[in-house]
Amino acid sequence: MTLFRGRRILAGAMTLVAAAALAACGSKTTDQNTSAGVTADVSGDTVKVGLLNSLSGTMAISEVTVRDSIMLAIEEINAAGGVLGKKIQPVGEDGASDWPTFAEKAEKLIREDRVAAVFGCWTSASRKAVKPVFEKNKALLFYPVQYEGLEQSPYIFYTGATTNQQIVPGLDYLKAQGAKSLYLVGSDYVFPRTANKIIKAYAEANGMKVLGEDYAPLGSTEFGTITNKVKSSGADAVFNTLNGDSNVAFFKEYKSAGLTATSMPVVSVSIAEEEVKSIGTQYLEGQLTAWNYYQTTPGAANEKFVAAYKAKYGADKPTSDPMEAAYVSVYLWKAMVEKAGAFDVEKVRQASDGITFEAPEGLVTVDGATQHIAKTARVGKVGADGLITEVWNSGAPITPDPYLKSYPWAGGLS
Amino acid sequence: MTVLIGQLFTGVSIGAVLLLIALGLALTFGQMGVINMAHGEFIMAGAYTTFVLQQVITAAGWSLLIALPVAFVVAGAMGVLLEILLIRRLYARPLDTLLVTWGVSLILQQLARDIFGSPNVQTRAPELLTGNIALPGGITVANNRLFILALAGGAVVALTVALRVTPLGRRIRAVVQNRDLAAVSGIATARVDRMTFFIGSGLAGIAGVALTLLGPIGPTMGTNLIIDAFLVVVVGGIGQLKGTVIVAFALGVLQASGEYLTTLSVAKVMVFVAIVAFLQWRPQGMFTLRTRSLA
Repeated sequence: MTLFRGRRILAGAMTLVAAAALAACGSKTTDQNTSAGVTADVSGDTVKVGLLNSLSGTMAISEVTVRDSIMLAIEEINAAGGVLGKKIQPVGEDGASDWPTFAEKAEKLIREDRVAAVFGCWTSASRKAVKPVFEKNKALLFYPVQYEGLEQSPYIFYTGATTNQQIVPGLDYLKAQGAKSLYLVGSDYVFPRTANKIIKAYAEANGMKVLGEDYAPLGSTEFGTITNKVKSSGADAVFNTLNGDSNVAFFKEYKSAGLTATSMPVVSVSIAEEEVKSIGTQYLEGQLTAWNYYQTTPGAANEKFVAAYKAKYGADKPTSDPMEAAYVSVYLWKAMVEKAGAFDVEKVRQASDGITFEAPEGLVTVDGATQHIAKTARVGKVGADGLITEVWNSGAPITPDPYLKSYPWAGGLS
Repeated sequence: MTVLIGQLFTGVSIGAVLLLIALGLALTFGQMGVINMAHGEFIMAGAYTTFVLQQVITAAGWSLLIALPVAFVVAGAMGVLLEILLIRRLYARPLDTLLVTWGVSLILQQLARDIFGSPNVQTRAPELLTGNIALPGGITVANNRLFILALAGGAVVALTVALRVTPLGRRIRAVVQNRDLAAVSGIATARVDRMTFFIGSGLAGIAGVALTLLGPIGPTMGTNLIIDAFLVVVVGGIGQLKGTVIVAFALGVLQASGEYLTTLSVAKVMVFVAIVAFLQWRPQGMFTLRTRSLA
């Protein structure tokens, strides 16, 4: 066996891997047929809605739980008589964690199945991929996940938090706790970079210092150096926008470096009950998260939701913020349709302003102007049992402000 | 100064991880010339072995210690199985070996997904290994990193001794240096190949056990590591261990210092640029093994 043959083959292997990667993010474009809106088919005694989530690939772990909660809401609504006397008939599609596939499936749901609304998407990348499809066809998407803000499409309802309902309240909490300096750690893509821009502007206006900012590629699991930098910075708190597997490695490293929730608390915005389970409470106990909903949120509506979810999917399944937002989105759509008296997209949009719903997270109100939802912000602490308990909330629902127009310090951002 | 020493330690410990994941490959790729793309999945198998053992033996310390030999045997057995079923039939067709083992790696990933589910699983680390040792001057040394460093050191010593002094080691070296002559001298080269593959794959299993202390255990953990492992072996020079050891630690320290001075992404670029430059200068790697084989 010669050395050189070995290396040439290795080069071949690398080319193969690269080619596969390229193919994965290939350029399948959706068909450019630009006719104005397709009307939903509501002639029968059922109304179809589309469910667009990744049931395979890297995002499946999170998105399957969202699909489950949407299905739960649909079953409950059907059992109570449906919407405008019609039973909801779900049409499920798999986005396969691949953004062009999301766009293709969205097109299919709208044009072939002629659904009245679509519920789904998780990553900002998938939302950005389907946005033009919904706008071109004048169809409705309900997007259930907290995101980086700075977006407002007339054909998307955002039922998760925008930045002023999650990140800004999280920062307010840290400030009230006396934190004077922050260290920012995030995954290297659009959400953490945008979020950190907002955090830096906030810090500057509020007399806090940002001592450092580090990004790790998605999937990165080597955090020795970042932890060293965080530790030697002596920051009062860490703001964590890491996503996915990186959190596991980061928190393991954090603990071995001798950093704790008391010596240097970490506030995370992408770790909910489901993720706590997979990272391990050994590493997370006492750390903070910012969301709008926890499984432990008090109230009759939540008790009913948690009980129904566990009865349907298993007692060991936790409920989390994106799941709740997805569940709520179906009820909000129902209320909009009933107020409009029709399934017609334009009428539904016009009817949306001021719609309220007694959600598991508390009262939520649709803001017709931004098509976001007014919701209560919460900061919680991870307990030894893996559940998150609230340590602070905003008291009242916060009006959504995706472009942060009402915050003077955010002037230069959008 | 404390930061500098802390960073040096981080670099060395990154190097230890690289060394552990590359050591098995140094044997199967370096010595035997088999490009095994499923090597990363043997690492994954080692990690899942730790997870499974912890379900049975709940004491985290014991389950980790027992996992080391068990993972070695499990991953080694998978390696031998792969060697007997597929690789042996393809020794003369390296490109086919590459494709076949890549396919095997995909199958193993899906298998892990079917058995353990696609979400990551986690193991509890023994309390002793989650802490750190505080040295004078504010330097802290993480216990789990020390453990991995010791493990990597132990594995290198054991492997070196095995290759130098045991009869099996002598046979392995003989086959590497001149397969035909070894065969004529009465060495059962096929059996030697199988043993080499067993040890190489088993070392991947041990790396998997070590990685449970640092990061997540998931079906795709192996694919993230395989490229790094190949880089270390290729740069170190194919055919012997010395280069692998030196290059693993050099890349670890380079990565850590680059990352400290800039950012993680830039540091990765720096490492790759350094590797490309180095291979331009020494395409054969850091050290080369003189063999009498004609191929």
